Amino acid sequence: MTESLSSLGSLSSPRSLGSSALQADPLVSVSGLAKSFGDHTVLRSIDFDVAPGSVTVLIGPSGSGKTTVLRSLNALDVADGGIVSIGDVEVDFGRRPVTKRQVATLRAQSGMVFQSHHLFPHLTVLENVTSGPVLAQRRDRSEVEAESRELLRLVGLEDKAESYPYQLSGGQQQRVGIARALAIRPQLMLFDEPTSALDPELVGEVLTVMKDLAAQGWTMVVVTHEIRFAQQVADQVLFMDGGVIVERGTPDEVLMRPRTERARQFLHRILDPLD
Amino acid sequence: MNGQTISLILDSLGPLLRATVTSTIPLTLISFVLGLVLALGVALMQLSPVRVVSGLARLYVSLIRGTPLLLQLFIIYYGLPALGVRFNPFPAAVLAFTLNVGGYAAEVIRSAILSVPKGQWEAASTVGMGYVTTLRRVVLPQAARTAIPPLSNTLISLVKDTSLASTIQVTELLRVAQEAAAPTYEFFALYGVAAVYYWVVCLALSVVQSRLEARQNRYVAI
Repeated sequence: MTESLSSLGSLSSPRSLGSSALQADPLVSVSGLAKSFGDHTVLRSIDFDVAPGSVTVLIGPSGSGKTTVLRSLNALDVADGGIVSIGDVEVDFGRRPVTKRQVATLRAQSGMVFQSHHLFPHLTVLENVTSGPVLAQRRDRSEVEAESRELLRLVGLEDKAESYPYQLSGGQQQRVGIARALAIRPQLMLFDEPTSALDPELVGEVLTVMKDLAAQGWTMVVVTHEIRFAQQVADQVLFMDGGVIVERGTPDEVLMRPRTERARQFLHRILDPLD
Repeated sequence: MNGQTISLILDSLGPLLRATVTSTIPLTLISFVLGLVLALGVALMQLSPVRVVSGLARLYVSLIRGTPLLLQLFIIYYGLPALGVRFNPFPAAVLAFTLNVGGYAAEVIRSAILSVPKGQWEAASTVGMGYVTTLRRVVLPQAARTAIPPLSNTLISLVKDTSLASTIQVTELLRVAQEAAAPTYEFFALYGVAAVYYWVVCLALSVVQSRLEARQNRYVAI
């Protein structure tokens, strides 16, 4: 799979953007992000940066706000306050009203992979992948189809192009979801618990594709409970609880030597659920 | 059944068929197609977050469903001339049936749209689709699967409801049968022929319905 990745040229976002991923100007910058649903405050004030070509993993208990952070990055959830910038696009959610155009522009910067894939069931695998570029971006169909078949090869599904989503396994469906998100040529890939809805034996194939993308230099923000994936792939781990980032650092710092009791307890619970 | 009755039936087959093909079927199809377009608009209005818009749509559906179709037909054909609006029988019938289908089908389309998971809208927007593209390419094709059986019901009901147009001088199937039966008192025979014709049209539509349903099911595991 890694070999086919290198042939993608324009589709990959190479690490060469900065001499060192962590020193370059951030591709993503979030400051003061806040969000409530009714009386319930989900995010208090979230700040973090994501360097180009780096992988950020968000972990934390359910209800901690990590999915809302991810969804705020492409405005599926519109934050109440705070600034999100991705590349040249900056949206200040504190300045109302946030226009449809601002939302659309921000959303176009990132590809989103959902927990339950949300593939379009009435379209073939190939049509799912081409849907963004052809139906929304109005790019040339034949060019897009060639590119999309290449993306399907990248996720190991070139022979499934004409299948419908229901004919695929959960892992295959999620890989199509990844290809569909890549097809819009985003600057950034967002993953919202991409393996949480999968049978255990199907988790590996999805994580492998994600590792390949990381190795290829894609900038990624991943919400996951896969601690080993975080250890191997993340450049930065954010541990969230109660709508704030409680710990942040390298995988070693946050996952192996957590400073707070909350992070210790959480990691203990998910690594050793019976204990 | 004597020979005279049989020859009357045979003589009526042609004129009744003509009435079916030139009046009942066009009246049904035109009203249904226009009604569906209206219904889609009304359904989208019902789903609008703007209260005035959704309120108007709900009022419309309520009025259509809360009054008899025959009365709607009479208001348009016999009532509106009092306000200076005058229709010929056929256009009056098309208008009444369109408005009627618009009300009933709007409810079907609204619930079919709501049956499409929210994640489909979200996924469409993350690949860059706007409201109209999402509706056209993602939501309505999936809603169609849910909507086809109840909409087929609406259509089949409409075939038979067009017989009400006989009361406003439209020479559709029932009226032609009435006119043929009146001088001869052969009501049973002629209404029987008319019934068979209605039934055949509805049967044909049922076949179309099953074909459509089979087509819609190509992308789901059964």
